Amino acid sequence: MFSWLIDEWFPGPEVTAVLLTMTKLLEWVFGVLLLGVAWALMTFDLLDLKIPGTYREVAWPMPVYLLVVFGCYSLATVGYRVATFNDCEEASIELQAQIMEAKEDLRRKGLKM
Amino acid sequence: MTNRKGSQQSRDSDKYSVLLPTYNERENLPLIVWLLVKYFGESGHNYEVIVIDDGSPDGTLEVAKQLQEIYGEDKILLRPRAKKLGLGTAYIHGIKHATGNYVFIMDADLSHHPKFIPEFIEKQREGGYDLVSGTRYRGDGGVYGWDLRRKLISRGANFITQVLLRPGASDLTGSFRLYKKEVLESLVERCVSKGYVFQMEMIVRARQLNYSIGEVPISFVDRVYGESKLGGNEIVSFLKGLLTLFATT
Ligand SMILES: Nc1nc2c(ncn2[C@@H]2O[C@H](COP(=O)(O)OP(=O)(O)OP(=O)(O)O)[C@@H](O)[C@H]2O)c(=O)[nH]1
Ligand SMILES: [Mg+2]
Repeated sequence: MFSWLIDEWFPGPEVTAVLLTMTKLLEWVFGVLLLGVAWALMTFDLLDLKIPGTYREVAWPMPVYLLVVFGCYSLATVGYRVATFNDCEEASIELQAQIMEAKEDLRRKGLKM
Repeated sequence: MTNRKGSQQSRDSDKYSVLLPTYNERENLPLIVWLLVKYFGESGHNYEVIVIDDGSPDGTLEVAKQLQEIYGEDKILLRPRAKKLGLGTAYIHGIKHATGNYVFIMDADLSHHPKFIPEFIEKQREGGYDLVSGTRYRGDGGVYGWDLRRKLISRGANFITQVLLRPGASDLTGSFRLYKKEVLESLVERCVSKGYVFQMEMIVRARQLNYSIGEVPISFVDRVYGESKLGGNEIVSFLKGLLTLFATT
């Protein structure tokens, strides 16, 4: 009885192919549109679902909340990663020693620098 | 220590071609070659080093010829070009002459230490990966000689790239990598970027083509000898490259 609906909505091979080959830009546009539509449906009750006012009040500033949360997450992540970025001092010391050894050995093998 | 272990697991059929693009690396080339010979010797893997010099005015090619005499023409191959034609085409040029079934790509300026090579090989065999990428951002990986500003730019740029491209690898602009030869060929064919956006495009396309990617933490030590080409417009070209990849992959 609802098979037309399933046919209509279930992604066929063409749709699947499009989804798989979408560029990252399209994925983002797609995602933002989805979120935007969901947000508008809630906030303005476009489907006339009689969504209670409290829900709509929560939904209304949601985009700003999300931006702020994402911003904080980004800053915290980058800050943490900068702070924990390894300083490979031993690697530099080891390299310096090996450079000496290599120069010595190469000179013995007859390399003229 | 690595010696015995390496020799045991060495498979005679596998050969590793190391592509070394050079431009004014007279001081670094002998050192990197010495280290390559040392670590490949210890691990017992079959290898060759292909030096692609772009007509360096400092006489890098002369030094390379001396190295060839010392280490043999089967180990050190010279495939020079007359003038500076860029890194991307240097790799294409090098692959054409590579006889190994695996190819290492690394810088000749000692930023990429050959001591990691056995780890790359082990990692590749462990997971049968199509490519193994060195990473400064994971595990014991790291950098030496970077101030706070450079760390911040590096981490920030990497974060933005991870968010926008979700490439499935943690170090996109690093260029110390091991590829199956046919994988490298097919990637190089598809990549159009210049400069070090090229490295980023290689790994993004790899993910796009469903190649499997392994990672090995590496320590990256800033070049000791020679000119650094790190300029102010590097950030601009990075952003351009990032946006291009964002829109096209
Ligand atoms: N054959 C060839 N090699 C190049 C060319 N440009 C750079 N290289 C080499 O490519 C490797 C990486 O270049 P680098 O100058 O180290 O670039 P980078 O690592 O981004 O910057 P710095 O290490 O700060 O200078 C080095 O081994 C260079 O000698 C080129 O046009 N042709
Ligand atoms: Mg370098």
